[in-house]
Amino acid sequence: MNMPTDAAALTDPGQDQITDKKKRYSAGVLKYRQMGYWDGDYVPKETDTLCLFRITPQDGVDPIEAAAAVAGESSTATWTVVWTDRLTACDSYRAKAYKVEPVPGTPGQYFAWVAYDIILFEEGSIANMTASLIGNVFSFKPLKAARLEDIRVPVAYVKTFKGPPTGLVVERERLDKFGRPLLGATTKPKLGLSARNYGRVVYEGLKGGLDFMKDDENINSQPFMHWRDRFLYVMDAVNKASAATGEVKGSYLNITAGTMEEMYRRAEFAKDLGSVIVMVDLVIGWTAIQSMAEWCRANDMIMHMHRAGHGTYTRQKNHGVSFRVIAKWLRLAGCDHLHTGTAVGKLEGDPMTVQGYYNVCRDSYTKQDLPRGLFFDQDWADLKKVMPVASGGIHAGQMHQLIHLFGDDVVLQFGGGTIGHPAGIQAGAVANRVALECMVKARNEGKDILNEGPEILQKAALTCTPLKQALDTWGDISFNYASTDTSDYAVTPSVA
Amino acid sequence: MMSNATGRITQGQFSFLPDLTDDEITLQIAYGLNKGYAWSIEYTDDPHPRNTYWEMYGMPMFDLADPAGVLMELNACRKTFPQHYIRMMAFDSTRGVETIAMSFIVNRPANEPGFGLVRQEVNGRSMQYTVHSYAADRPEGQRYGS
Repeated sequence: MNMPTDAAALTDPGQDQITDKKKRYSAGVLKYRQMGYWDGDYVPKETDTLCLFRITPQDGVDPIEAAAAVAGESSTATWTVVWTDRLTACDSYRAKAYKVEPVPGTPGQYFAWVAYDIILFEEGSIANMTASLIGNVFSFKPLKAARLEDIRVPVAYVKTFKGPPTGLVVERERLDKFGRPLLGATTKPKLGLSARNYGRVVYEGLKGGLDFMKDDENINSQPFMHWRDRFLYVMDAVNKASAATGEVKGSYLNITAGTMEEMYRRAEFAKDLGSVIVMVDLVIGWTAIQSMAEWCRANDMIMHMHRAGHGTYTRQKNHGVSFRVIAKWLRLAGCDHLHTGTAVGKLEGDPMTVQGYYNVCRDSYTKQDLPRGLFFDQDWADLKKVMPVASGGIHAGQMHQLIHLFGDDVVLQFGGGTIGHPAGIQAGAVANRVALECMVKARNEGKDILNEGPEILQKAALTCTPLKQALDTWGDISFNYASTDTSDYAVTPSVA
Repeated sequence: MMSNATGRITQGQFSFLPDLTDDEITLQIAYGLNKGYAWSIEYTDDPHPRNTYWEMYGMPMFDLADPAGVLMELNACRKTFPQHYIRMMAFDSTRGVETIAMSFIVNRPANEPGFGLVRQEVNGRSMQYTVHSYAADRPEGQRYGS
């Protein structure tokens, strides 16, 4: 049974905050909105952390009470009145739900804005931020579902985080590569190659024209390939390709492991062999991520973050954490590359929502943009920028769409789209590099690449056989599925 | 170079495409000027991938808003250093960027011997690598013919 959505029903003075202290703190159970966790007149401070939750209250639970419960359970409350509250300046510690609105077009779902005082958080700790904001609340019985949709981190709090170890600008300077997207590919097959054979794939891809190769997220150290052997053969391949082309090249060596100690050992070996970049998987956890960012900064290493596992909680609109929040946390915690979606490839991502993630990574100041799912302005306080990575089922025939959607500051990764080329890996790399360069050149010349893209590619293919072969093999491939996570404020339909 | 499909060093934005004509270069210059970038010209005969500092051909042209003027400087540089690598660089001074936004090679020596890989065996199976430029064995001015 759906709750009424008219404004009058949402406010009920009889249930508002009890201000008489004796009444407020007598033993017993009060509604969260009576305990002070809802305040419709609250004006958020510049130093407050603001969260937007998308909540689905259980039938019969009023949305304001549900929002107040979220505020309570993510700050100071518990299910019953406790006298010990009076040993604290509790009014200032309490998080305040200050606005509740129905979600357009989705009965039973509400947006709830909650403000958190800065005293609630430890400096420079994403583990602490998440323990509060997504710790208890999501299991709370009166909510059928809850999603942390977006977050505004105040500048005062942003400044306690070191952010990306290298940042987009310095990465480009180290690579000496400007004015175009970077190109990469993940070594395929995902699992099974031994180190010597793995290195061959890396050499061919880099020699042919890619800037980076990449370990897959689940390549760590398995019976078919020990990590030390992989690192040795990969770095031989990287250096050979660098000498062959006169370019700085790299391959993301995956240092994810079971313990921090083992991760540090692997990181050190990567450094000894002269790698410019290492990679970690999201599943290592927030604390490990911050530690690795510290190590990377201290060792001049670019840190690539693979968002393995995020899809378990980012994909369904009604429950979980939006990836835009994950991206904000990762920028604060520190990573230099972050997989943020392709929109046109094999993995989930509506184009507008995905552009929102790119903005969070690359902006100096992210502006509110409802069609892109950005509900708050976010001042990044000069925190370094993250290079977004588009990876998953993309091919040279989509180059115009990718550049139109994402611009130059992105790594475009074509794993299958390089290694699956009919004339071999090197040809696949050449095809991707030529497609990229001709498209950037055409865009700079003022051509309408979104509409003329296929023509521009065909023209370049006349003098580049590998590109012609790539277009012939994959030209018709697209991934047209309905997205599970689109903006509630979308103005145009998703583009496939 | 047998190990390089293009036979030349592939630094910069457009090294995999046929050399840009002057008209095509002018279009790129115009694009950069429209974005508010400042163009500069640099040359070198040491194109090692880690050689950040090429020689500046004059100062960055912060106040030159006419593509033809920038192209004129480029052609003057080509006349002076016909056998050097020359690149066009566009600088973006926006806060939070303050770096190069465009960079592409517009002149090359007729013959590019490229680089060799020097390996030094160290502990276990580890190797230390260095990329070695064949041309840089000779002094400046004698590297790529007269």
